[in-house]
Amino acid sequence: MTSRRTFLKITAAASLAPAVAWAQGAGRVVVVGGGFAGATAARTLKKLEPGLTVTLVEPNTVFTACPFSNDVIVGQRELKQQEFGYDKVVGAGVALARAQASAVDAAAKTVTLPDGTKLAYDRLILAPGVDLTWSALPGYTEEAAEKMPHAWKAGAQTTLLRRQLEAMEDGGLVVISAPANPYRCPPGPYERASLIAWYLKTKKPKSKLLLLDAKDVFSKQKLFQNAWAALYPGLLEWVSLSNGGKVTSVEPSTLTFVTDFARHKAAVANVIPPQKAGAIAVQAGVADRTGWCPVEPMSFESTLQPGIHVIGDAAIMGGMPKSAFAANAQAKVCAAAIVAKLAGRAAPEPRLINTCYSLVAPDYGISIAGVYKPDKGQLIDVPGAGGTSPLDADAAFRSLEARYAESWFKTITAETFG
Amino acid sequence: MRWLALALIAVLLSSGAALAASPEGPPGASSCSGCHAASQSADTAVPSLAGRPVADTVRAMHEFRAGTRPATVMGRIAKGFNDQEIDTIAVWFGAQK
Repeated sequence: MTSRRTFLKITAAASLAPAVAWAQGAGRVVVVGGGFAGATAARTLKKLEPGLTVTLVEPNTVFTACPFSNDVIVGQRELKQQEFGYDKVVGAGVALARAQASAVDAAAKTVTLPDGTKLAYDRLILAPGVDLTWSALPGYTEEAAEKMPHAWKAGAQTTLLRRQLEAMEDGGLVVISAPANPYRCPPGPYERASLIAWYLKTKKPKSKLLLLDAKDVFSKQKLFQNAWAALYPGLLEWVSLSNGGKVTSVEPSTLTFVTDFARHKAAVANVIPPQKAGAIAVQAGVADRTGWCPVEPMSFESTLQPGIHVIGDAAIMGGMPKSAFAANAQAKVCAAAIVAKLAGRAAPEPRLINTCYSLVAPDYGISIAGVYKPDKGQLIDVPGAGGTSPLDADAAFRSLEARYAESWFKTITAETFG
Repeated sequence: MRWLALALIAVLLSSGAALAASPEGPPGASSCSGCHAASQSADTAVPSLAGRPVADTVRAMHEFRAGTRPATVMGRIAKGFNDQEIDTIAVWFGAQK
Protein backbone atom coordinates (compact mmCIF):
# COMPACT_ATOMS: atom_id res chain seq x y z
CA MET A 1 0.00 0.00 0.00
CA THR A 2 1.09 3.53 -0.63
CA SER A 3 2.20 5.57 2.29
CA ARG A 4 0.78 8.98 2.96
CA ARG A 5 4.16 10.46 2.04
CA THR A 6 4.09 8.93 -1.45
CA PHE A 7 0.66 10.40 -2.05
CA LEU A 8 1.82 13.78 -0.82
CA LYS A 9 4.75 13.65 -3.21
CA ILE A 10 2.46 12.74 -6.08
CA THR A 11 -0.06 15.43 -5.23
CA ALA A 12 2.73 17.96 -4.78
CA ALA A 13 4.10 17.12 -8.21
CA ALA A 14 0.63 17.24 -9.71
CA SER A 15 -0.33 20.57 -8.16
CA LEU A 16 2.96 22.36 -8.76
CA ALA A 17 3.62 21.06 -12.25
CA PRO A 18 0.72 22.46 -14.31
CA ALA A 19 1.74 26.12 -14.66
CA VAL A 20 5.31 25.16 -15.55
CA ALA A 21 4.26 22.20 -17.65
CA TRP A 22 1.77 24.16 -19.72
CA ALA A 23 4.35 26.83 -20.36
CA GLN A 24 6.56 24.10 -21.85
CA GLY A 25 3.70 22.62 -23.82
CA ALA A 26 3.72 19.45 -21.70
CA GLY A 27 0.90 18.28 -19.44
CA ARG A 28 -0.40 15.80 -16.91
CA VAL A 29 -1.48 12.30 -17.86
CA VAL A 30 -2.92 9.81 -15.37
CA VAL A 31 -2.96 6.12 -16.33
CA VAL A 32 -5.25 3.77 -14.40
CA GLY A 33 -4.19 0.11 -14.51
CA GLY A 34 -0.65 -1.30 -14.75
CA GLY A 35 -1.05 -4.25 -17.12
CA PHE A 36 0.20 -4.67 -20.69
CA ALA A 37 -1.79 -1.62 -21.82
CA GLY A 38 -1.35 0.76 -18.87
CA ALA A 39 2.31 0.12 -18.01
CA THR A 40 3.27 0.39 -21.70
CA ALA A 41 1.34 3.65 -22.07
CA ALA A 42 2.96 5.20 -18.99
CA ARG A 43 6.50 4.31 -20.07
CA THR A 44 5.92 5.33 -23.70
CA LEU A 45 4.53 8.72 -22.68
CA LYS A 46 7.70 9.51 -20.70
CA LYS A 47 9.88 8.23 -23.54
CA LEU A 48 8.14 10.36 -26.16
CA GLU A 49 7.76 13.47 -23.99
CA PRO A 50 9.99 13.50 -20.89
CA GLY A 51 8.39 16.81 -19.78
CA LEU A 52 5.02 15.15 -19.15
CA THR A 53 3.89 14.40 -15.61
CA VAL A 54 2.74 10.79 -15.81
CA THR A 55 1.11 9.01 -12.87
CA LEU A 56 0.29 5.29 -12.96
CA VAL A 57 -2.46 4.22 -10.56
CA GLU A 58 -2.08 0.52 -9.74
CA PRO A 59 -2.73 -1.26 -6.42
CA ASN A 60 -0.51 -4.32 -6.96
CA THR A 61 3.24 -4.26 -6.40
CA VAL A 62 3.64 -7.20 -8.79
CA PHE A 63 1.86 -7.82 -12.08
CA THR A 64 1.08 -11.46 -12.89
CA ALA A 65 0.86 -12.04 -16.64
CA CYS A 66 -1.90 -14.18 -18.15
CA PRO A 67 -0.12 -15.22 -21.39
CA PHE A 68 1.69 -18.53 -20.71
CA SER A 69 -0.23 -19.02 -17.45
CA ASN A 70 -1.81 -22.11 -19.07
CA ASP A 71 1.74 -23.50 -19.04
CA VAL A 72 1.84 -22.89 -15.29
CA ILE A 73 -1.42 -24.79 -14.82
CA VAL A 74 0.09 -27.92 -16.41
CA GLY A 75 3.42 -27.64 -14.57
CA GLN A 76 5.51 -26.56 -17.57
CA ARG A 77 6.31 -23.22 -15.97
CA GLU A 78 6.33 -21.60 -12.53
CA LEU A 79 4.12 -18.68 -11.51
CA LYS A 80 7.26 -16.73 -10.59
CA GLN A 81 8.09 -16.53 -14.33
CA GLN A 82 4.81 -14.68 -14.85
CA GLU A 83 5.56 -11.96 -12.30
CA PHE A 84 6.81 -8.49 -13.16
CA GLY A 85 7.49 -5.44 -10.98
CA TYR A 86 7.23 -1.72 -11.66
CA ASP A 87 10.81 -0.65 -10.85
CA LYS A 88 11.67 0.16 -14.48
CA VAL A 89 8.36 1.96 -14.96
CA VAL A 90 9.24 4.19 -11.99
CA GLY A 91 12.80 4.41 -13.31
CA ALA A 92 11.42 5.88 -16.54
CA GLY A 93 10.09 8.83 -14.51
CA VAL A 94 6.53 7.60 -13.99
CA ALA A 95 5.01 8.42 -10.57
CA LEU A 96 3.38 5.30 -9.13
CA ALA A 97 0.28 5.65 -6.96
CA ARG A 98 -0.16 2.26 -5.27
CA ALA A 99 -3.91 2.33 -4.95
CA GLN A 100 -7.10 1.21 -6.62
CA ALA A 101 -8.62 4.29 -8.29
CA SER A 102 -11.96 4.81 -6.58
CA ALA A 103 -13.55 7.41 -8.84
CA VAL A 104 -13.10 9.44 -12.02
CA ASP A 105 -14.68 12.88 -12.38
CA ALA A 106 -14.71 13.47 -16.13
CA ALA A 107 -15.97 17.06 -15.78
CA ALA A 108 -13.42 18.12 -13.13
CA LYS A 109 -10.74 15.94 -14.81
CA THR A 110 -9.63 14.24 -11.60
CA VAL A 111 -9.03 10.68 -10.41
CA THR A 112 -9.83 10.07 -6.73
CA LEU A 113 -7.87 7.56 -4.66
CA PRO A 114 -9.25 5.73 -1.59
CA ASP A 115 -7.59 8.13 0.88
CA GLY A 116 -9.27 11.10 -0.78
CA THR A 117 -6.26 12.25 -2.82
CA LYS A 118 -7.32 13.73 -6.13
CA LEU A 119 -5.02 13.45 -9.14
CA ALA A 120 -5.69 16.17 -11.73
CA TYR A 121 -5.16 15.31 -15.39
CA ASP A 122 -5.21 16.87 -18.82
CA ARG A 123 -5.63 13.41 -20.38
CA LEU A 124 -6.66 10.20 -18.64
CA ILE A 125 -5.91 6.69 -19.89
CA LEU A 126 -8.08 3.92 -18.46
CA ALA A 127 -6.58 0.45 -18.84
CA PRO A 128 -8.52 -1.49 -16.19
CA GLY A 129 -8.65 -4.83 -18.01
CA VAL A 130 -11.61 -7.08 -17.36
CA ASP A 131 -13.84 -7.79 -14.39
CA LEU A 132 -15.57 -11.16 -14.12
CA THR A 133 -19.35 -10.78 -14.38
CA TRP A 134 -20.30 -12.78 -11.30
CA SER A 135 -24.03 -12.26 -11.80
CA ALA A 136 -24.00 -13.69 -15.35
CA LEU A 137 -23.71 -17.37 -14.45
CA PRO A 138 -26.11 -18.52 -11.68
CA GLY A 139 -24.22 -20.29 -8.89
CA TYR A 140 -20.85 -18.80 -9.79
CA THR A 141 -19.64 -16.44 -7.04
CA GLU A 142 -16.26 -15.38 -5.69
CA GLU A 143 -16.69 -18.10 -3.07
CA ALA A 144 -17.53 -20.67 -5.77
CA ALA A 145 -14.31 -19.74 -7.58
CA GLU A 146 -12.37 -21.24 -4.66
CA LYS A 147 -13.84 -24.63 -5.65
CA MET A 148 -14.29 -24.10 -9.36
CA PRO A 149 -11.40 -21.77 -10.25
CA HIS A 150 -11.64 -19.44 -13.23
CA ALA A 151 -7.85 -18.93 -13.44
CA TRP A 152 -8.68 -16.14 -15.90
CA LYS A 153 -6.73 -13.61 -13.85
CA ALA A 154 -3.30 -15.07 -13.27
CA GLY A 155 -2.08 -15.56 -9.70
CA ALA A 156 -3.58 -17.58 -6.84
CA GLN A 157 -6.33 -18.88 -9.14
CA THR A 158 -3.72 -20.27 -11.56
CA THR A 159 -1.99 -22.13 -8.73
CA LEU A 160 -5.32 -23.41 -7.39
CA LEU A 161 -6.28 -25.01 -10.71
CA ARG A 162 -2.80 -26.54 -11.03
CA ARG A 163 -3.02 -28.06 -7.52
CA GLN A 164 -6.46 -29.50 -8.28
CA LEU A 165 -5.20 -31.15 -11.47
CA GLU A 166 -2.16 -32.53 -9.65
CA ALA A 167 -4.39 -33.92 -6.89
CA MET A 168 -6.92 -35.49 -9.27
CA GLU A 169 -6.86 -39.27 -9.56
CA ASP A 170 -6.20 -40.86 -12.95
CA GLY A 171 -9.56 -41.45 -14.61
CA GLY A 172 -11.11 -38.17 -13.46
CA LEU A 173 -13.23 -35.85 -15.60
CA VAL A 174 -11.97 -32.30 -16.12
CA VAL A 175 -14.65 -29.86 -17.29
CA ILE A 176 -13.94 -26.39 -18.69
CA SER A 177 -16.69 -23.93 -19.60
CA ALA A 178 -15.99 -21.18 -22.16
CA PRO A 179 -18.10 -18.02 -22.42
CA ALA A 180 -19.73 -16.28 -25.39
CA ASN A 181 -17.80 -13.43 -27.07
CA PRO A 182 -16.33 -11.01 -26.22
CA TYR A 183 -13.89 -11.94 -23.47
CA ARG A 184 -10.17 -11.69 -22.68
CA CYS A 185 -7.92 -13.83 -24.92
CA PRO A 186 -10.26 -15.43 -27.52
CA PRO A 187 -8.10 -18.56 -28.11
CA GLY A 188 -7.27 -18.90 -24.38
CA PRO A 189 -9.90 -21.51 -23.42
CA TYR A 190 -8.82 -23.73 -26.34
CA GLU A 191 -5.12 -23.44 -25.53
CA ARG A 192 -5.97 -24.32 -21.94
CA ALA A 193 -8.03 -27.34 -22.98
CA SER A 194 -5.18 -28.44 -25.27
CA LEU A 195 -2.48 -28.19 -22.62
CA ILE A 196 -4.60 -29.84 -19.93
CA ALA A 197 -5.31 -32.65 -22.42
CA TRP A 198 -1.54 -32.94 -22.97
CA TYR A 199 -1.04 -33.11 -19.19
CA LEU A 200 -3.70 -35.80 -18.81
CA LYS A 201 -2.35 -37.83 -21.74
CA THR A 202 1.14 -37.66 -20.24
CA LYS A 203 0.36 -38.08 -16.52
CA LYS A 204 -3.20 -39.40 -16.11
CA PRO A 205 -4.13 -41.14 -19.36
CA LYS A 206 -7.39 -42.68 -18.19
CA SER A 207 -8.84 -39.19 -17.61
CA LYS A 208 -11.11 -37.17 -19.91
CA LEU A 209 -11.61 -33.49 -20.66
CA LEU A 210 -14.93 -31.91 -21.60
CA LEU A 211 -14.97 -28.38 -23.01
CA LEU A 212 -18.47 -26.89 -22.76
CA ASP A 213 -18.78 -23.87 -25.04
CA ALA A 214 -21.30 -21.06 -25.38
CA LYS A 215 -20.13 -20.63 -29.01
CA ASP A 216 -20.20 -22.54 -32.29
CA VAL A 217 -17.09 -20.89 -33.72
CA PHE A 218 -13.85 -19.80 -32.08
CA SER A 219 -10.38 -18.44 -32.82
CA LYS A 220 -8.00 -20.73 -34.77
CA GLN A 221 -10.77 -23.34 -34.68
CA LYS A 222 -9.60 -25.60 -37.54
CA LEU A 223 -6.02 -25.58 -36.25
CA PHE A 224 -7.14 -26.53 -32.74
CA GLN A 225 -9.57 -29.19 -33.93
CA ASN A 226 -7.01 -30.77 -36.27
CA ALA A 227 -4.48 -30.88 -33.46
CA TRP A 228 -7.02 -32.36 -31.03
CA ALA A 229 -7.93 -35.10 -33.52
CA ALA A 230 -4.24 -35.90 -34.01
CA LEU A 231 -2.99 -35.60 -30.42
CA TYR A 232 -5.91 -36.16 -28.06
CA PRO A 233 -8.51 -38.41 -29.75
CA GLY A 234 -11.06 -39.75 -27.27
CA LEU A 235 -9.55 -37.63 -24.51
CA LEU A 236 -10.71 -34.09 -25.34
CA GLU A 237 -14.35 -33.50 -26.28
CA TRP A 238 -15.58 -30.06 -27.39
CA VAL A 239 -19.32 -29.46 -27.01
CA SER A 240 -20.48 -26.51 -29.13
CA LEU A 241 -23.41 -24.20 -28.41
CA SER A 242 -25.53 -26.03 -31.02
CA ASN A 243 -24.76 -29.34 -29.33
CA GLY A 244 -25.86 -28.08 -25.91
CA GLY A 245 -22.52 -26.70 -24.70
CA LYS A 246 -23.83 -23.53 -23.11
CA VAL A 247 -23.60 -23.73 -19.31
CA THR A 248 -26.68 -22.18 -17.68
CA SER A 249 -25.66 -22.61 -14.03
CA VAL A 250 -23.05 -24.25 -11.84
CA GLU A 251 -23.32 -26.06 -8.50
CA PRO A 252 -20.04 -25.56 -6.62
CA SER A 253 -20.83 -28.00 -3.79
CA THR A 254 -20.76 -30.93 -6.26
CA LEU A 255 -18.58 -29.35 -9.02
CA THR A 256 -21.51 -29.70 -11.42
CA PHE A 257 -22.07 -27.82 -14.70
CA VAL A 258 -25.70 -27.57 -15.78
CA THR A 259 -26.73 -27.11 -19.44
CA ASP A 260 -30.19 -27.22 -21.02
CA PHE A 261 -29.62 -30.87 -21.84
CA ALA A 262 -27.35 -32.42 -19.23
CA ARG A 263 -25.57 -32.22 -15.89
CA HIS A 264 -21.80 -32.77 -15.89
CA LYS A 265 -20.17 -33.60 -12.56
CA ALA A 266 -16.44 -32.85 -12.68
CA ALA A 267 -13.44 -34.01 -10.69
CA VAL A 268 -11.77 -30.71 -11.60
CA ALA A 269 -13.95 -27.79 -12.71
CA ASN A 270 -12.67 -24.69 -14.51
CA VAL A 271 -15.27 -21.99 -15.12
CA ILE A 272 -14.26 -19.24 -17.54
CA PRO A 273 -17.08 -16.82 -16.83
CA PRO A 274 -18.50 -13.93 -18.89
CA GLN A 275 -16.55 -10.69 -18.51
CA LYS A 276 -16.88 -6.91 -18.81
CA ALA A 277 -14.68 -3.81 -18.64
CA GLY A 278 -13.12 -3.12 -15.21
CA ALA A 279 -15.44 -1.32 -12.77
CA ILE A 280 -13.68 2.05 -12.96
CA ALA A 281 -14.67 2.28 -16.65
CA VAL A 282 -18.32 2.01 -15.72
CA GLN A 283 -17.93 4.55 -12.91
CA ALA A 284 -16.15 6.96 -15.28
CA GLY A 285 -19.01 6.71 -17.77
CA VAL A 286 -16.92 5.28 -20.63
CA ALA A 287 -18.61 1.84 -20.77
CA ASP A 288 -21.76 1.41 -22.85
CA ARG A 289 -24.67 -0.99 -22.34
CA THR A 290 -22.57 -3.91 -23.59
CA GLY A 291 -20.27 -3.45 -20.57
CA TRP A 292 -17.33 -2.50 -22.82
CA CYS A 293 -15.88 0.87 -23.87
CA PRO A 294 -16.40 2.37 -27.34
CA VAL A 295 -13.43 4.45 -28.56
CA GLU A 296 -12.47 6.30 -31.73
CA PRO A 297 -9.73 4.50 -33.65
CA MET A 298 -7.12 7.27 -34.00
CA SER A 299 -6.21 7.85 -30.34
CA PHE A 300 -8.63 5.49 -28.53
CA GLU A 301 -10.38 8.46 -26.92
CA SER A 302 -13.74 7.46 -25.50
CA THR A 303 -16.72 8.31 -27.71
CA LEU A 304 -18.70 8.86 -24.49
CA GLN A 305 -16.32 11.03 -22.40
CA PRO A 306 -13.87 13.44 -24.06
CA GLY A 307 -10.40 13.55 -22.49
CA ILE A 308 -10.53 9.89 -21.41
CA HIS A 309 -8.78 7.24 -23.51
CA VAL A 310 -9.48 3.51 -23.04
CA ILE A 311 -7.01 0.84 -24.17
CA GLY A 312 -6.53 -2.89 -23.74
CA ASP A 313 -9.13 -5.51 -22.91
CA ALA A 314 -11.72 -3.00 -21.61
CA ALA A 315 -12.05 -1.24 -24.98
CA ILE A 316 -14.10 -2.14 -28.06
CA MET A 317 -11.39 -2.25 -30.73
CA GLY A 318 -13.33 -3.40 -33.78
CA GLY A 319 -11.48 -6.31 -35.38
CA MET A 320 -8.64 -6.30 -32.85
CA PRO A 321 -8.88 -9.05 -30.21
CA LYS A 322 -8.45 -8.65 -26.45
CA SER A 323 -4.82 -9.78 -26.25
CA ALA A 324 -1.64 -8.65 -24.51
CA PHE A 325 -0.03 -7.96 -27.90
CA ALA A 326 -2.97 -5.75 -28.90
CA ALA A 327 -2.97 -3.94 -25.54
CA ASN A 328 0.74 -3.15 -25.85
CA ALA A 329 0.34 -1.98 -29.48
CA GLN A 330 -2.69 0.18 -28.64
CA ALA A 331 -0.84 1.73 -25.69
CA LYS A 332 2.01 2.91 -27.92
CA VAL A 333 -0.36 4.43 -30.48
CA CYS A 334 -2.43 6.04 -27.71
CA ALA A 335 0.66 7.54 -26.04
CA ALA A 336 1.89 9.03 -29.33
CA ALA A 337 -1.59 10.45 -30.07
CA ILE A 338 -1.82 12.04 -26.60
CA VAL A 339 1.64 13.60 -26.93
CA ALA A 340 0.57 15.02 -30.31
CA LYS A 341 -2.74 16.32 -28.92
CA LEU A 342 -1.08 18.01 -25.93
CA ALA A 343 1.43 19.68 -28.28
CA GLY A 344 -1.35 20.79 -30.63
CA ARG A 345 -0.12 18.55 -33.46
CA ALA A 346 -2.10 16.10 -35.56
CA ALA A 347 -1.01 12.47 -35.21
CA PRO A 348 -0.75 10.37 -38.41
CA GLU A 349 -3.37 7.69 -39.05
CA PRO A 350 -2.14 4.64 -37.13
CA ARG A 351 -1.53 1.07 -38.22
CA LEU A 352 -1.59 -1.65 -35.60
CA ILE A 353 -0.55 -5.28 -35.60
CA ASN A 354 -1.69 -8.17 -33.46
CA THR A 355 -0.11 -11.60 -33.18
CA CYS A 356 -1.46 -14.28 -30.84
CA TYR A 357 0.30 -17.57 -30.32
CA SER A 358 -1.32 -20.61 -28.71
CA LEU A 359 0.27 -23.88 -27.69
CA VAL A 360 -1.64 -27.09 -28.34
CA ALA A 361 1.27 -29.07 -26.86
CA PRO A 362 4.59 -27.84 -25.44
CA ASP A 363 6.37 -28.10 -28.81
CA TYR A 364 3.35 -27.35 -31.03
CA GLY A 365 2.51 -23.68 -31.57
CA ILE A 366 -0.12 -22.03 -33.77
CA SER A 367 -0.76 -18.36 -34.43
CA ILE A 368 -3.21 -15.78 -35.68
CA ALA A 369 -2.16 -12.34 -36.87
CA GLY A 370 -3.84 -9.20 -38.16
CA VAL A 371 -3.01 -5.68 -39.34
CA TYR A 372 -5.51 -2.96 -38.46
CA LYS A 373 -6.35 0.57 -39.59
CA PRO A 374 -9.07 3.10 -38.79
CA ASP A 375 -12.08 3.08 -41.11
CA LYS A 376 -15.42 4.80 -40.51
CA GLY A 377 -14.84 5.15 -36.78
CA GLN A 378 -13.67 1.55 -36.27
CA LEU A 379 -10.42 -0.38 -36.35
CA ILE A 380 -10.77 -2.80 -39.25
CA ASP A 381 -8.58 -5.59 -40.62
CA VAL A 382 -6.41 -4.39 -43.52
CA PRO A 383 -7.84 -6.49 -46.36
CA GLY A 384 -5.61 -9.28 -47.62
CA ALA A 385 -3.42 -9.31 -44.52
CA GLY A 386 -3.45 -11.49 -41.43
CA GLY A 387 -4.84 -14.95 -40.83
CA THR A 388 -3.84 -18.15 -39.10
CA SER A 389 -0.96 -20.60 -39.42
CA PRO A 390 -1.34 -22.96 -42.39
CA LEU A 391 -3.42 -26.09 -41.73
CA ASP A 392 -0.92 -28.34 -43.49
CA ALA A 393 2.28 -27.15 -41.80
CA ASP A 394 4.84 -29.75 -40.72
CA ALA A 395 6.16 -30.48 -37.23
CA ALA A 396 9.17 -28.19 -37.72
CA PHE A 397 6.85 -25.25 -38.46
CA ARG A 398 4.73 -25.96 -35.35
CA SER A 399 7.88 -26.27 -33.26
CA LEU A 400 9.20 -22.97 -34.61
CA GLU A 401 5.95 -21.19 -33.73
CA ALA A 402 6.16 -22.63 -30.19
CA ARG A 403 9.67 -21.16 -29.98
CA TYR A 404 8.49 -17.81 -31.35
CA ALA A 405 5.67 -17.80 -28.79
CA GLU A 406 8.19 -18.03 -25.99
CA SER A 407 10.36 -15.36 -27.61
CA TRP A 408 7.29 -13.13 -27.90
CA PHE A 409 6.54 -13.44 -24.18
CA LYS A 410 10.08 -12.47 -23.29
CA THR A 411 9.99 -9.46 -25.62
CA ILE A 412 6.50 -8.18 -24.78
CA THR A 413 7.11 -8.30 -21.03
CA ALA A 414 10.43 -6.47 -21.46
CA GLU A 415 8.71 -3.97 -23.76
CA THR A 416 6.01 -3.39 -21.12
CA PHE A 417 7.82 -3.55 -17.79
CA GLY A 418 11.45 -2.89 -18.82
CA MET B 1 18.29 -2.66 -56.83
CA ARG B 2 19.03 0.89 -58.08
CA TRP B 3 15.36 1.82 -58.11
CA LEU B 4 15.15 0.75 -54.51
CA ALA B 5 18.07 2.94 -53.47
CA LEU B 6 16.58 5.88 -55.34
CA ALA B 7 13.19 5.33 -53.79
CA LEU B 8 14.74 5.19 -50.34
CA ILE B 9 16.66 8.39 -50.92
CA ALA B 10 13.44 10.05 -52.03
CA VAL B 11 11.73 8.85 -48.87
CA LEU B 12 14.60 10.09 -46.73
CA LEU B 13 14.56 13.50 -48.36
CA SER B 14 10.83 13.99 -47.91
CA SER B 15 8.92 13.00 -44.80
CA GLY B 16 11.29 10.12 -44.08
CA ALA B 17 13.97 12.24 -42.47
CA ALA B 18 11.52 13.76 -40.01
CA LEU B 19 10.01 10.35 -39.26
CA ALA B 20 13.42 8.76 -38.81
CA ALA B 21 14.19 11.30 -36.12
CA SER B 22 10.82 11.05 -34.36
CA PRO B 23 10.74 8.80 -31.31
CA GLU B 24 7.26 7.42 -32.05
CA GLY B 25 8.08 6.25 -35.57
CA PRO B 26 5.83 6.01 -38.64
CA PRO B 27 2.43 4.24 -38.61
CA GLY B 28 2.81 0.55 -37.85
CA ALA B 29 6.38 0.73 -36.54
CA SER B 30 5.46 0.79 -32.86
CA SER B 31 3.66 -2.57 -33.15
CA CYS B 32 6.79 -4.37 -34.41
CA SER B 33 8.49 -4.23 -31.02
CA GLY B 34 5.82 -6.56 -29.64
CA CYS B 35 7.94 -9.39 -31.12
CA HIS B 36 11.14 -7.68 -32.37
CA ALA B 37 12.94 -6.49 -29.23
CA ALA B 38 13.66 -2.75 -29.20
CA SER B 39 17.12 -3.54 -27.82
CA GLN B 40 19.71 -5.09 -30.14
CA SER B 41 21.24 -6.96 -27.22
CA ALA B 42 18.07 -8.90 -26.37
CA ASP B 43 18.57 -12.67 -26.45
CA THR B 44 15.44 -13.82 -28.32
CA ALA B 45 14.61 -16.09 -31.28
CA VAL B 46 13.18 -13.11 -33.22
CA PRO B 47 15.80 -10.52 -34.31
CA SER B 48 15.75 -6.86 -33.28
CA LEU B 49 15.15 -4.45 -36.16
CA ALA B 50 16.98 -1.52 -34.57
CA GLY B 51 19.91 -0.31 -36.66
CA ARG B 52 19.29 -2.88 -39.41
CA PRO B 53 20.30 -1.69 -42.90
CA VAL B 54 17.26 -0.15 -44.59
CA ALA B 55 17.61 -2.20 -47.78
CA ASP B 56 17.66 -5.45 -45.76
CA THR B 57 14.39 -4.65 -44.01
CA VAL B 58 12.74 -3.53 -47.25
CA ARG B 59 13.87 -6.66 -49.12
CA ALA B 60 12.70 -8.94 -46.31
CA MET B 61 9.26 -7.31 -46.20
CA HIS B 62 8.85 -7.49 -50.00
CA GLU B 63 9.83 -11.16 -50.00
CA PHE B 64 7.57 -11.98 -47.05
CA ARG B 65 4.71 -10.23 -48.84
CA ALA B 66 5.39 -12.10 -52.10
CA GLY B 67 5.74 -15.43 -50.28
CA THR B 68 9.27 -15.97 -51.60
CA ARG B 69 10.94 -15.93 -48.16
CA PRO B 70 10.13 -18.70 -45.67
CA ALA B 71 7.90 -17.33 -42.93
CA THR B 72 5.65 -18.30 -40.08
CA VAL B 73 3.73 -15.12 -39.22
CA MET B 74 5.57 -12.45 -41.25
CA GLY B 75 4.01 -13.45 -44.58
CA ARG B 76 0.60 -12.63 -43.11
CA ILE B 77 1.73 -9.37 -41.51
CA ALA B 78 3.74 -8.01 -44.49
CA LYS B 79 0.60 -8.16 -46.66
CA GLY B 80 -0.84 -5.34 -44.51
CA PHE B 81 1.74 -2.78 -45.66
CA ASN B 82 2.27 -1.04 -49.01
CA ASP B 83 5.67 -0.13 -50.50
CA GLN B 84 5.73 3.37 -49.06
CA GLU B 85 4.73 2.20 -45.59
CA ILE B 86 7.45 -0.45 -45.69
CA ASP B 87 10.04 2.12 -46.80
CA THR B 88 9.26 4.57 -43.99
CA ILE B 89 9.22 1.82 -41.37
CA ALA B 90 12.55 0.44 -42.65
CA VAL B 91 14.14 3.91 -42.64
CA TRP B 92 12.95 4.55 -39.11
CA PHE B 93 14.25 1.23 -37.76
CA GLY B 94 17.54 1.80 -39.57
CA ALA B 95 17.98 5.02 -37.60
CA GLN B 96 17.25 3.40 -34.21
CA LYS B 97 20.13 2.33 -32.01
